Amino acid sequence: MAAATPLALFVLLLLGPGGWCLADPQRDSLREELVITPLPSGDVAATFQFRTRWDSELQREGVSHYRLFPKALGQLISKYSLRELHLSFTQGFWRTRYWGPPFLQAPSGAELWVWFQDTVTDVDKSWKELSNVLSGIFCASLNFIDSTNTVTPTASFKPLGLANDTDHYFLRYAVLPREVVCTENLTPWKKLLPCSSKAGLSVLLKADRLFHTSYHSQAVHIRPVCRNARCTSISWELRQTLSVVFDAFITGQGKKDWSLFRMFSRTLTEPCPLASESRVYVDITNYNQDNETLEVNPPPTTTYQDVILGTRKTYAIYDLLDTAIINNSRNLNIQLKWKRPPENGYIHYQPAQDRLQPHLLEMLIQLPANSVTKVSIQFERALLKWTEYTPDPNHGFYISPSVLSALVPSMVAAKPVDWEESPLFSSLFPVSDGSNYFVRLYTEPLLVNLPTPDFSMPYNVICLTCTVVAVCYGSFYNLLTRTFHIEEPRTGGLAKRLANLIRRIRGVPPL
Amino acid sequence: MAVSHCLSRAATAFTAVLLFSFGSVAASHIEDQAEQFFRSGHTNNWAVLVCTSRFWFNYRHVANTLSVYRSVKRLGIPDSHIVLMLADDMACNPRNPKPATVFSHKNMELNVYGDDVEVDYRSYEVTVENFLRVLTGRIPPSTPRSKRLLSDDRSNILIYMTGHGGNGFLKFQDSEEITNIELADAFEQMWQKRRYNELLFIIDTCQGASMYERFYSPNIMALASSQVGEDSLSHQPDPAIGVHLMDRYTFYVLEFLEEINPASQTNMNDLFQVCPKSLCVSTPGHRTDLFQRDPKNVLITDFFGSVRKVEITTETINLQQDSEIMESSYKEDQMGEELMEPLKYAEQLPVAQIIHQKPKLKDWHPPGGFILGLWALIIMVFFKTYGIKHMKFIF
Repeated sequence: MAAATPLALFVLLLLGPGGWCLADPQRDSLREELVITPLPSGDVAATFQFRTRWDSELQREGVSHYRLFPKALGQLISKYSLRELHLSFTQGFWRTRYWGPPFLQAPSGAELWVWFQDTVTDVDKSWKELSNVLSGIFCASLNFIDSTNTVTPTASFKPLGLANDTDHYFLRYAVLPREVVCTENLTPWKKLLPCSSKAGLSVLLKADRLFHTSYHSQAVHIRPVCRNARCTSISWELRQTLSVVFDAFITGQGKKDWSLFRMFSRTLTEPCPLASESRVYVDITNYNQDNETLEVNPPPTTTYQDVILGTRKTYAIYDLLDTAIINNSRNLNIQLKWKRPPENGYIHYQPAQDRLQPHLLEMLIQLPANSVTKVSIQFERALLKWTEYTPDPNHGFYISPSVLSALVPSMVAAKPVDWEESPLFSSLFPVSDGSNYFVRLYTEPLLVNLPTPDFSMPYNVICLTCTVVAVCYGSFYNLLTRTFHIEEPRTGGLAKRLANLIRRIRGVPPL
Repeated sequence: MAVSHCLSRAATAFTAVLLFSFGSVAASHIEDQAEQFFRSGHTNNWAVLVCTSRFWFNYRHVANTLSVYRSVKRLGIPDSHIVLMLADDMACNPRNPKPATVFSHKNMELNVYGDDVEVDYRSYEVTVENFLRVLTGRIPPSTPRSKRLLSDDRSNILIYMTGHGGNGFLKFQDSEEITNIELADAFEQMWQKRRYNELLFIIDTCQGASMYERFYSPNIMALASSQVGEDSLSHQPDPAIGVHLMDRYTFYVLEFLEEINPASQTNMNDLFQVCPKSLCVSTPGHRTDLFQRDPKNVLITDFFGSVRKVEITTETINLQQDSEIMESSYKEDQMGEELMEPLKYAEQLPVAQIIHQKPKLKDWHPPGGFILGLWALIIMVFFKTYGIKHMKFIF
């Protein structure tokens, strides 16, 4: 019977909240959005944001009814008295030069920064325990965060949420650059979403497409925000963001077209039933200037214009909660096609063949006004055979200059005149149209240093080898082939030696 | 929507009552059945799966471990009862031509990494110390739950290890090794602390049989992919990925496990026959002398699956609804929330405030023991040499 009473109690609690749920005002809300931005380099950036807002006071223990806000994170906030938490996992690097400024960039690896409440007495202990708990939730090795990689910034990383006073003693920041991001970090991140990966925008989150990207960054941000315009009470906001950049060559074989199916291998079927707002924004800033350049399919019903990151941008909005969008076809696959401008550029390239013919590259380009166009070519240096070097190879080798033939618009239109009558300097290039003039320009020749072999090397080797051979082999040869005989020591006094000397001078054998 | 939420909760509560109701009714035959239920065999399953090799060319060891993980999950063991340790990341490795995938069959037939994987110990965390701590339960208090082996005396545990090994040891990440004696002592600690009911140990390394030679705790069954003196060989390379995808023994074990479903009655004797020498080139070995039951009575799902014993009864139970608990806490929530003055957001880059802030003075600590001792020594030597009379010139 002892086993029976705990079982009975367990069943009791399970039925308890069931009776209460009649009076249930919506105190939390979910908004999800996806922003698709074609980047200047031809790649496509997709940024997901899922925002769960909960109007509740989590600081007091005893909150046990969680609906949209995930319980794992809610318990963290109350147990460790957090004011803000920002955790991100990133693979790759956002190349601002090619892609433009990012919405929210994160460092490679894992980054965690946390503001604690002022009621916390031992911040370092809470920080250590918090990083251990987060490593279990997100399957990452955040437990390697300790005092050796934690800092307390004093001027930056001000709280992003509501804050009345900011004593930086309660801030901790750590980065683990070696941390790898893979499916095991995405899986628990997806499980924190109210609709998991079953409905709404999160059906697009498939790991095998999301990790085949140039940049992948997923983050969790928790902060207190104003509940209403008067800002007298706080709500907790959980934002989960995921940014990926798809490489143009992977998605579109070099063309700049893309579609949701080609990027994510999924299409959108229905909005998340728990979401109050579910939208897809597509950046169509180039759409209105020239109707020929891009075409978005299905055509958007509404657009949104605003100044984002300093420039004016236009976005097409697809609202999944609007029944007209999904009802036409059972799924929504947003496609974007770039229409080619009527004049094509022309490129002719003839690669080199070693010792037969050189490279030839010809391009016809239309230069846009008020801009700088740079054309650059990369080449590799190969080794020559030793007979092909010039006598002074340290000088370097020359690459012939490039030629630019251009038709430049004239400021003043010229009247065509008779060739024979005009002076010689103006009749070099024949022109048919007086509005442009023809000019041919050359660049400087390029002097390239090739790695030069040491031509004195054979001489040095021969000298050294011959010396060694002469000394070693010569001695050995002498030892083997010379015969040795013992010489008698000569005896005798001074007189005998003097006599021998005189006899030697005379040429007579000695005594 | 709230009403349907209500109804579904009531329905789940009702079915829970149906399933667990046998303890609360006073009929004596039900009590006997309950006693029987808790005494016989195991009640829960755990799995500890370890891959100990690092570097891209050891892709096959990660694929081995993930294929056992996949089988174990498919047969019912949940992620909360699996401790998965992978020493390197192959799926998102820059050298992987298909990111977020790990294949076990060539031509990319089977992705064992899947979409729902949870790795508990990864990269540098896979060390001998962490492995032994997981097994024995002597873990720092701040370790999260997913990294713990919370087994009890009615748990059947499957332990699978793979990597590079030798006669009596297994290499961890190319920098340390675990010996068969340490492993046997860890299992003995587990037995003393009653952390397992029965344990199945599978190892796929070269000379794997040496690792189970030293076990001396009861209720352990062990399998290895090769005998002492033999090497365990890899199965097939994939030209697109460029490395060997699996080891032979685990490949055939995976094919064997793919045939098993949670209701199958296949027993351990079939597992012992899995990879004969003709397929495996090495001779797989097994050890059952420490195990009390006969292997032919042990089902595969006793270790690889999580088959729960469920007793269904048609007797009904009356419970009271207690709805006052949740309502009171909700009312308290509503009342204490309106604050007096409006709150505001912090300024992200307040230049004037930053420039004028004073740096915090570090607290002054008195000099520590070493410095004090050093100065005391110097002064003592000085006065011993020159005599105490010099003190009056100094002071």
